[in-house]
Amino acid sequence: MSATQQQFCTFFIQGLLFGVEVETVQEVIRHLEMTGVPLAPDVVAGLINLRGQIVTAIDLRRRLGVRDRLDGELPMNVVVRTGDGAVSLLVDEIGDVVEVEEEDFEEAPDTLASTSRELIRGVYKLKNELLLVLDTQRSVNISAAATAGGPGAH
Amino acid sequence: MDEFIPDFLIEGSELLDQLDRDFVEFEKNPSSKELVARIFRAIHTLKGTSGAIGLKKLEAVNHVGENILSRMRDGKLSVNAEITSALLRMIDADRQIFASLESTGQEGDLEFSDVIQSLTETLTAQDILKDDKVNEANQPEVLGGTTASNLLGEILVDQGSVDAASVISALEVQQSGDPRRVGEILVQSGTVPQKAVQDALQAQSESREDAVNSNIRVDVNLLDKVMNLVGELVLARNQILQFTSNQKDPAFLNTAQRLNLITTELQEGVMKTRMQPIGNIWNKFPRIVRDLSNAAGKSVRLEMEGSQTELDKTIIEAIKDPLTHVVRNSLDHGIETSAKREAAGKSPEGLLFLRAFHEGGQVNIEISDDGAGLDLDAIKAKAIERGIVTPQHAAAMSDREIANLIFLAGFSTVEKITNISGRGVGMDVVKTNIEKIGGTVDVTSVRGRGTTLKIKIPLTLAIIPALIVTTGAERFAIPQVSLVELVRLEGKAAETGIEMIQEASVYRLRGNLLPIIYLNRELKLGNGSKAADESINIVVLQADDRQFGLVVDEINDTEEIVVKPLGKQLKSISCFAGATIMGDGKVALILDILGLAQLASLAGESCDHSAVAAKGGSSESADQRESWLLFRVGDHGKLAVPLSMVSRLEEFDPATIEMSGSHQVVQYRGEIMPLVSVADALQLTARTTREGPMQVVVHSESGRSVGLIVDEILDIVDQHVSVNKNSGNARLLGSAVIQQHVTDLLNVPELVMSFAGEGRMA
Repeated sequence: MSATQQQFCTFFIQGLLFGVEVETVQEVIRHLEMTGVPLAPDVVAGLINLRGQIVTAIDLRRRLGVRDRLDGELPMNVVVRTGDGAVSLLVDEIGDVVEVEEEDFEEAPDTLASTSRELIRGVYKLKNELLLVLDTQRSVNISAAATAGGPGAH
Repeated sequence: MDEFIPDFLIEGSELLDQLDRDFVEFEKNPSSKELVARIFRAIHTLKGTSGAIGLKKLEAVNHVGENILSRMRDGKLSVNAEITSALLRMIDADRQIFASLESTGQEGDLEFSDVIQSLTETLTAQDILKDDKVNEANQPEVLGGTTASNLLGEILVDQGSVDAASVISALEVQQSGDPRRVGEILVQSGTVPQKAVQDALQAQSESREDAVNSNIRVDVNLLDKVMNLVGELVLARNQILQFTSNQKDPAFLNTAQRLNLITTELQEGVMKTRMQPIGNIWNKFPRIVRDLSNAAGKSVRLEMEGSQTELDKTIIEAIKDPLTHVVRNSLDHGIETSAKREAAGKSPEGLLFLRAFHEGGQVNIEISDDGAGLDLDAIKAKAIERGIVTPQHAAAMSDREIANLIFLAGFSTVEKITNISGRGVGMDVVKTNIEKIGGTVDVTSVRGRGTTLKIKIPLTLAIIPALIVTTGAERFAIPQVSLVELVRLEGKAAETGIEMIQEASVYRLRGNLLPIIYLNRELKLGNGSKAADESINIVVLQADDRQFGLVVDEINDTEEIVVKPLGKQLKSISCFAGATIMGDGKVALILDILGLAQLASLAGESCDHSAVAAKGGSSESADQRESWLLFRVGDHGKLAVPLSMVSRLEEFDPATIEMSGSHQVVQYRGEIMPLVSVADALQLTARTTREGPMQVVVHSESGRSVGLIVDEILDIVDQHVSVNKNSGNARLLGSAVIQQHVTDLLNVPELVMSFAGEGRMA
C-alpha cells in the first residue's frame, strides 16, 4: 500500500456516499434504543448505552439539513472517536471500507449548500460514484446557539 | 540515572511537604531536638539522593541547608526567623527544580546562587566554626528509620527498659564522635541488658517491615479504571436484581442476593481506596499561614481539627484551590494586625480554625477566624453600587443574606488590592467550584468577632443515591441530596391543592407557599396522558436556600446510580447534571436541581422581589406592580395599602377596645396591639355613626403588630400603579388611579412611625 492511500469507512445518507477515515471509527453497530434529551439541539438524537459508556448520538440527516428518516427506517450507529470522547453518528446504511488514492481527491465544489460545505472536506472521485469526506470534528461540534430550542428526536 | 527520577520525585515531594510542616513547627518550638533531627535527616536524604542520581543543582542547594541544620543540631547555631526564611526559600528552590524535573526531566536553567548565597550568609553571620564540611560520621545512623517511632531509643523507653534521659545522654555521646551505635553505648555503659536491646532491635526491624509492606503506591489511573469497572458491576448487579423479580428459582435468588452484597462491599472497598484524608490539603496551610502572616505583620495561630476526615480523591482535588483561597482571605482580610486586635481588646494573636467532620453522608468543612468579621454595611453599599441588589431589596435583607452576597461574581469590598487576595475573582469562584462538585457554601459573620465559612460537600461523586421519577414516559434521576420530601395529592386535593398566583403555581405546604414547577413543561415534554382526576406527585426539592415543588407523573424508587458525564454537545443544558444507566440498560438523565430551578427562574429572586421591595417601605419606585388592599375611611375617597404590608384583616367589637395612656389598644393573640385610626391620622372625619364591628388592618413588622382602623374594606386588586407624588402629607405615598378611581396610597411605615413617635411623647 503506497503512502498516498487512505482507507475510508463509508455509509449512506439520503443516497449519498459519505466516508470517514477508518482510524477515527471506533465501531459500527446496528440501531440501539435511545433516550431523548429534552431541550437539546434537534441534531442530537439522544443518548445510547454503549456497553456502559454513555454516548451522544447525532443525527447526520439533521446535521446536514436533509429531511428526516421516515417512520420505521432505523438508523445505524457509526461511533467515532473525537477529542471529547466517543460520539455516535446516525446514518441510513453502512457501506464498505474503501481505499482511495490521493490523486483522486478534489475540494468540495462551491455550489454545495453552505451547511454541507462546512461538513464536507472534499470529494474522492471513485470509479462509479463520488465519496464525500465527512469532517467528523465539525459534525459533532454543535454551536448550541444556532440550533438550540427544538426538542430532541424521540 | 534517569529511571530513578520519577521515584525520587514522589519521595522527594513527600519530604518537601514534611519539611514545610516541620519548619513551621520548629519555629514555634525551637528547642525541639527531635524536630531538628528530623529536618536534618530529610535534607540529608534529599542531598544524598540527588547527588547519587546526578542532580547537581539540587545537591548544591541542599548541601548548604544541611550545613546549617547540622550546626543547629549541634547547638552551634540558634534558630531565628531569618534562618527559617532562608531555609524555606531553599525548599521553594527545591520545588522549582522538582517542577522542572517533572516537566522536562532536567533540572532547568534557573539559578539558585542567591538562595545559596543567603543561606551561606546566615551561616557566616552567626560566625561559627570555619569547618564547612559536615562530619558524615556525625549523622545518627542508628536513627536510620525515617519515622520517629522507629528509633531504637524510643522503643527501649516504651519497653520500660531504660529512661529517656539515658537514651539522650547516649545519643550525645554518639554525636560527640563516638562511632558506636546507641544500643552498644547503652549496653556497654550497663544501662540496659543486652537482651532488651536485642528485643528492641527486633521490634524495630519488624515495624520497619510493616511500614514498608503495609503500603504500596498505586497509579491513580488504575484506581480510576477499577472504580469505573465497579460502576459497571453495580449496573450489572442492578440489572440482575431486576430479573430476580420474575424468577422463582431459589438457588438463583440466593446467588443474586450474594452478588448484591458482594458488589456493595466491593463498591465500598474501592471507594475507600480513593479516599484521602483532608489533612493532605491542610498540610500546606501551616506554611501559607506562616508566610502570609509574616508578610502582613500579623500573628496568627492555626488550629486544625479532624484532619483525618476522608474524602474522595477527585473531591480533594476540587476543593484544594477554593480552600486555599478561603484561608488566604481569612488571613488577608479577616484577621487584624496585632495592634488592631489589642486595641479591640482581643488577644494579639489571631486564630484560624479549620474543622472537618462527617455528618449525614456529607463532609462538613468549617473555616473560622476570630478576626474583624464582615463589614455588612460596606457589603451592602457595594452591592447597591454594583447594581447587584436594589436599595429596597438590600434594606430588607437579613444579615446572613447580606454576608452571602460576597459569593456573587465580581464582588470584592477591599479597596486595597494586595498580592494575596482581593483581586475581584474570589469568593464567587470558591462558590462555583464547590457547587460544581455538588457542595454548598454558607458564611456567617459577627462584626468584630470573626467569620465562619461552612462548606458541605458529598463524600464521593461517582456513585450517588438518587430518586427515580417518570415524566412524559422518560425517567429522570434526582440526586438524593436535593430531596426534601415527597407529597402526594389525591382526589379533591389533586384538583384544588395547587393554586395559581397569576402565571405561577403554588402549593400550601404546612402553611407556607411552595412554588411549584412542572417537569414536563420545563423540559417541553408535552402533557403526557394525564387524566384530570389522577393524583399529583410533588417532589419537594432544595436548591440553594430555596425550596420548590417539582410535579412529576410518577415517583418510582430510590437507587444507587453511577454518574456519567454528558458529552460536550449537551453540556450547555444546565438542567442536567449527567446521565446514568438504569437497571434495564437504558439511559436516564440526572436532573441538576439548581439548573432546573434557574431554568424555571425560581432560584433568581424574581418571585419574592416585589414583596421584599414593598416591605422596604420605599416610595422611590414610581411604577410598581403588586397587590393592593383598597379601603374607605370617612368621606375621603378610596385609600390603598400594599397587600404585602397587611398581615391580617380583623374585626373587633368596639366593646373590646381599651385605653392605654391616650391610645386605643386591643388584646390580640395574647398581646396588646395598639390601634391607629386612619381617619385621625389623616385628619379626616370618620363616619362615627357606623354600627357593628370595627374593621382593622393588622400590620406587623419585626414581631410587633399595629392595627389600622378603617371604615370599610373594599377590595384587593393586582395591577400596575403609577404613583403621583402630589400631596404634601408624609403619611401618604401619593395617589394613583386604581380601578378607574383616584386612590390615595397610605404610607404605612410613616404612619406607624409617627404613631410610635407620639407614643413616646405621651
